[in-house]
Amino acid sequence: MADTKTVKFIITRQDTPESAPYEEEFEVPYRPNMNVISALMEIRRNPVNNKGQHTAPITWEMNCLEEVCGACSMVINGKPRQACSALVDKLEQPIRLAPMKTFPVVRDLQIDRSRMFDSLKKVKAWIPIDGTYDLGPGPRMPETKRQWAYELSKCMTCGVCLEACPNVNSKSNFMGPAVFNQVRLFNAHPTGSMNKAERLNAFMEDGGLTGCGNSQNCVQSCPKGIPITTSIAAVNRDATLQSFRNFFGSDRD
Amino acid sequence: MAGSREFFNRRLHSLLGVVPIGLFLLVHLTVNHQATGGAESFNRAANFMESLPFLNVLEIVLIFLPLLYHAIYGLYIAFTGTANTGRFGFFRNWMYLLQRITGVLTLIFVAWHVWETRIAMIFGTPLNYQMMEDIFSSPFMIAFYVVGIISAIFHFSNGLWSFMVSWGITISPRSQVISTYVTMIIFVLLSIVGLQAIFAFI
Repeated sequence: MADTKTVKFIITRQDTPESAPYEEEFEVPYRPNMNVISALMEIRRNPVNNKGQHTAPITWEMNCLEEVCGACSMVINGKPRQACSALVDKLEQPIRLAPMKTFPVVRDLQIDRSRMFDSLKKVKAWIPIDGTYDLGPGPRMPETKRQWAYELSKCMTCGVCLEACPNVNSKSNFMGPAVFNQVRLFNAHPTGSMNKAERLNAFMEDGGLTGCGNSQNCVQSCPKGIPITTSIAAVNRDATLQSFRNFFGSDRD
Repeated sequence: MAGSREFFNRRLHSLLGVVPIGLFLLVHLTVNHQATGGAESFNRAANFMESLPFLNVLEIVLIFLPLLYHAIYGLYIAFTGTANTGRFGFFRNWMYLLQRITGVLTLIFVAWHVWETRIAMIFGTPLNYQMMEDIFSSPFMIAFYVVGIISAIFHFSNGLWSFMVSWGITISPRSQVISTYVTMIIFVLLSIVGLQAIFAFI
């Protein structure tokens, strides 16, 4: 009875991909250890805004609820991050939620991150091992290398680095920071490195690695603490050498 | 491999900023600094530069064309970015923004500076200590030159940092931190050289 504590939310909403965004305020009853997702669920249970009007429940995406899938990325109090790991107790109120506008907004907080997956296809961010017969085991990977490559593999394509990047916008076709990391990851793999030149050449095309302007917001914003700027410089070095090989010729690959 | 022009253009932009434009900046600052030894000393240094063989070819190939390319492509780079230091106030993001602001300021300054000195020389005004003393008789021009020279030196120094990242020389976070310190020391030292030269004319 005494516990009437509430949490205030100001949410940027948008009804269709084309319509104008607007803000709506909500107040939800406080529970200990709430995260932003649980608050959004509370609003969905009782979709009434703070003026007492009945409104459409908020649309957002979620999946793993433990910051490994990247689906619930949104801008929370000005910072792009995952809603599942955003604890209400640690946020200043009113809590402002907005979609990551770098991506096309589908509805409310739901965005379309397809461009990131398209980029991964462009740079062939996979290891081709399919064939018509068993190729046997691949080459061994040194343990030290496996350890740093594991850090790179934590990327969940959440889009936070693209949201933070000043060069990912409608004026340029830059694929974004995450791609550097994936190119480096697959080029570091002993089997993946057999297609290293292919990946680098694809990433050296327009919209690729040259779009980076070294603002390094990506590494500061990455929720998984991936050394993205190290990957950027490492891929830059490989691209420098690859461009020499392309021009002067090389028997390396 | 159809569309990899961007890669070549951007790498060329990065390279030209250091060689020859950066090297030219160092030579130019050194010549200017001779003004601290008086009119005689400055004129001797300026005359030596003017006496270089194939001067027009050197100026066009090593200075004018690279500068023009770096400026035009640089404007394109600057205006395809978006300033977001309000939301992401990290140190490197500020340096990113400053690099673009100082680039534009330097372009404005250099355009005016070339008009006032090198182009004026074509039209018959002798390029010597007297010319600079006349320019600096206006307090506005002193302020304009101070801003212009500081911008150019910052753009060069911080540009060295991003050059080393863009070509993949400094990969580790530690090497990038140390190169930040080194390039900022270069910025301070060259700024002293540049400002001493300006105030030698006043």
